[in-house]
Amino acid sequence: MAEEAREDAVVIPIGTGGRPGRGSGSARPSSAARNLAPPAAKPAPRKRAAAKKATPKKPTPKKPAPERAADAPDPTPGPATTRPRLDTGIPVGDWLSALQGAALEVFGDDWERRLAELLAFARRRLEGDYEVDDYGFDRELTERFFMTALRPIAQKWFRLEVRGLENIPAEGGALVVSNHSGTVPLDGLMTMLTVHDHAHRFLRPLGADLVFKLPVVSSLARKGGATLACVEDAERMLSGGDLVGVWPEGFKGIGKPFSERYKLQRFGRGGFVSAALRTGVPIIPLSVVGAEEIYPLVGNVPSLARLLGVPYIPVTPFFPWLGPLGMVPLPSKWVLEFGEPIRTDSYDAAEAEDPMLVFNVTDQVRETIQHTLFDLLRERDGVFS
Amino acid sequence: MGRVVLVTGISRDIGRRFARAAAGDPSIERVIGVDVVPPRGDIGDVSFVRADIRNPVIAKVLAKEDVDTVVHMSVIATPGSAGGRGTMKELNVIGSMQLLAACQKSTTVERLVVKSTTTVYGSSPRDPAMFTEDMGPKRQPSSGYAKDVFEVEGYVRGFARRRPDVDVTMIRAANVIGPHVASPLTNYFRLPVIPRVLGFDPRLQFLHEDDLMAVLRHAATSGIPGTFNVAGDGLLTLSQAVRRLGTPSVALPRFAVGRLGATMRQARLSDFSPEQLGYLTYGRGVDTTRMRTHLGFEPAYSTAEAFADFCRALAPAEPQGASRG
Repeated sequence: MAEEAREDAVVIPIGTGGRPGRGSGSARPSSAARNLAPPAAKPAPRKRAAAKKATPKKPTPKKPAPERAADAPDPTPGPATTRPRLDTGIPVGDWLSALQGAALEVFGDDWERRLAELLAFARRRLEGDYEVDDYGFDRELTERFFMTALRPIAQKWFRLEVRGLENIPAEGGALVVSNHSGTVPLDGLMTMLTVHDHAHRFLRPLGADLVFKLPVVSSLARKGGATLACVEDAERMLSGGDLVGVWPEGFKGIGKPFSERYKLQRFGRGGFVSAALRTGVPIIPLSVVGAEEIYPLVGNVPSLARLLGVPYIPVTPFFPWLGPLGMVPLPSKWVLEFGEPIRTDSYDAAEAEDPMLVFNVTDQVRETIQHTLFDLLRERDGVFS
Repeated sequence: MGRVVLVTGISRDIGRRFARAAAGDPSIERVIGVDVVPPRGDIGDVSFVRADIRNPVIAKVLAKEDVDTVVHMSVIATPGSAGGRGTMKELNVIGSMQLLAACQKSTTVERLVVKSTTTVYGSSPRDPAMFTEDMGPKRQPSSGYAKDVFEVEGYVRGFARRRPDVDVTMIRAANVIGPHVASPLTNYFRLPVIPRVLGFDPRLQFLHEDDLMAVLRHAATSGIPGTFNVAGDGLLTLSQAVRRLGTPSVALPRFAVGRLGATMRQARLSDFSPEQLGYLTYGRGVDTTRMRTHLGFEPAYSTAEAFADFCRALAPAEPQGASRG
C-alpha cells in the first residue's frame, strides 16, 4: 500500500509552492540530492538526451530505483537526480523528434521525399529555373500553389458537385462556355480547379481587359493560365489544342443584382462562337448553380465605380458593413454541370463569317445553359444544403 | 559578281559588327559603311564613307558605289551621344526619308533591309498574347522611339509601294540582348538594384545579338520581301529574369518607377523611357511563325539562352557608360 502511494506522488507533485526540497517539483534539486551526486557528473545530461521519456518529467529522489532502471537505460543511477541548473531547456533529441513528428503530420509517411521535393521547388522558384509558356502560364506554380489553395474552399466550403465530366474531351482544343455570377469571379477559379482535378487538364480562362489592367490581379491571372479575351488569343489557344474557358456574360453577368439571379445576360457579341467555328472545336456548355448566392449583390455605388474605373462597387448584406468579415463568401452548395458538346467541325471556316450562323449557335449555347440552370434549380432543396 | 552592300548607322556597335560580319560573307563583294561619325572599333574590310543620311549626299554615294543592297540600321532608340530628343527624331525620321528618297531615285538598288523593332507593337493591357506581323499597336505611339519606328515603317511601306521591283525586308527584332549590347534594356538589367512595377510581371522576349547579325545577313543575301518578327523561342517573365540574374529587385508602384526613371534619366544613370516603362509593366510577345516558314531563319539562341549568355557576361565585369543603342 505504502509503495503505491509513493509512486503516485511521483506523478502528482505535492507542495510545489513550498521551499525547494523533497518532492517539490522544482527544477532545482535539493541540497541533499546535490550532495549525493559525484562532482564529475556534469556532462552526463548530454547522454540523457537519449533517454527521452525520462526527461520531461522531473524525477524525485523518492522515486524507487528499480522503476528508473526499467525506463531509462542509464549506466549511472546518479545523474537522474543531479540535473545541473543550466540544463533547463528542451534537449536536442526532443527537438529532433518533435520536428520529425511535425514533418510526418504535414507531409505524411514519405515525408523525407516530399520535403526534398518542396525544397527543390523553393530553390527552383528562387533561382527562376522554371518555364512559362507563351501566355505567361506558370504550370508548376498553378499546380502546386493556386490549386492547392483553392481545393479546400471548393471541397469544404462550397462542397462542389460535378456532373457530366465525360463531356470534357481528353485531348484537343475545346471551348467551355459558362454562366457568370457571384460578384467576384470565384466561379471561374472553381471551374479551373474542377477541370484540373477531375479531367486532368488545365482550363485556360479568357479574361476581360480590366483583369490585365489591375496590378497583382494581372500577374496572377497570367501565371494561372489566363489570357485576354480577344479573337486572336482565343483562336491561338484553341488551335494549339488547349481547353479554353469563356464567360461571355462578362461584367453584366457577374455584377447583376441578386434579384436577377440565374437569368442569363446577353452573350457578348458571339466572338467566342466564331473563334470555335473558325478552329472547328466543340463548345461545351457549363451551368454553375450556387455561385449566385455567395455574395448577394443588393446595391452598387456607380459614382465611386466610375471614379475608380471599375464596372461596379458591390454592396451586399454584409459588405462593406462588416468590413473584411463581409468579404467571406456565403457557403452555398455548388453544382457544376458540363453539358453535351456542341460540335462545330461540320461547318467550314468560312461560315464563321456568317453572322446569322454565329447568332444561332450563340443562342443555342445560351438556351442550353439557361435550361440546365432551371433544371438544376428545380432539383435543388436549399441554397446551403 | 558579288553584292555591294551599304550599311547605315555604322558608328554604333551593332552596325559596325554587322558590317564586319557582312564583309566576311563570300556572296558579298563590298561593304560600305555610312554614318555621321566614324566608327570607334575595327571595321576590317568595310569602307567607311562619312555622310549624313539626313541630306541628299547619300544619293550620290548610292550611285557612285553601285550599291545594290541597302541595310538600314540607324534608327536609334535613345538620343545617347547624338544629342537631344530633337536630334534623335531628325536622325531617325528625316534620315530614313532621305535614304528612301535616294533609294527610289537609284537604278542600282535591288534590295532594302530595314532593322525595325517589336517596340512598334507597343505594350498595353489590351494586347493579344502574341503579335503577328499583320497586327498593329492597340494605341498609336505618341512619343519617343516607338513613334519614330512607327513612322519610319510607314515610309518604308510607301517606298515598297512605289518601287515594287525592290525587295523590301523589314526585320522587327525583339529586344536585342547579349554581352556587347548597350541598350536601355541591358542598362536596366545592369542596375545594382532593379526597380520593378508593383503587381505586374511582364513577359519579355529577347533576341541574341549574334542572331540579329545572322538574320540581317540572311535577309541581305536572300532578299525575301516582307515584314518579319524575329525573336528567340519562348518567353521569360521579368521576375524570372531578375531571379536568374541574381540581382536584388524592388517593387514600386508604377508612378514611382516612372519618377525614378525620369530622375535617373536626368542624372544620366540610365535611360528609362515611357515606352520602356510600358514594356516593363505589360510586356509583349511576338509570333515568329513567319520567320521560320517564309524567311527561313532559325535563331541559334532561345530567349532563355540569350538571357543566360547576357548573365554570364555580366557576372565578371560590369561594363559601364555607353548608353547608345
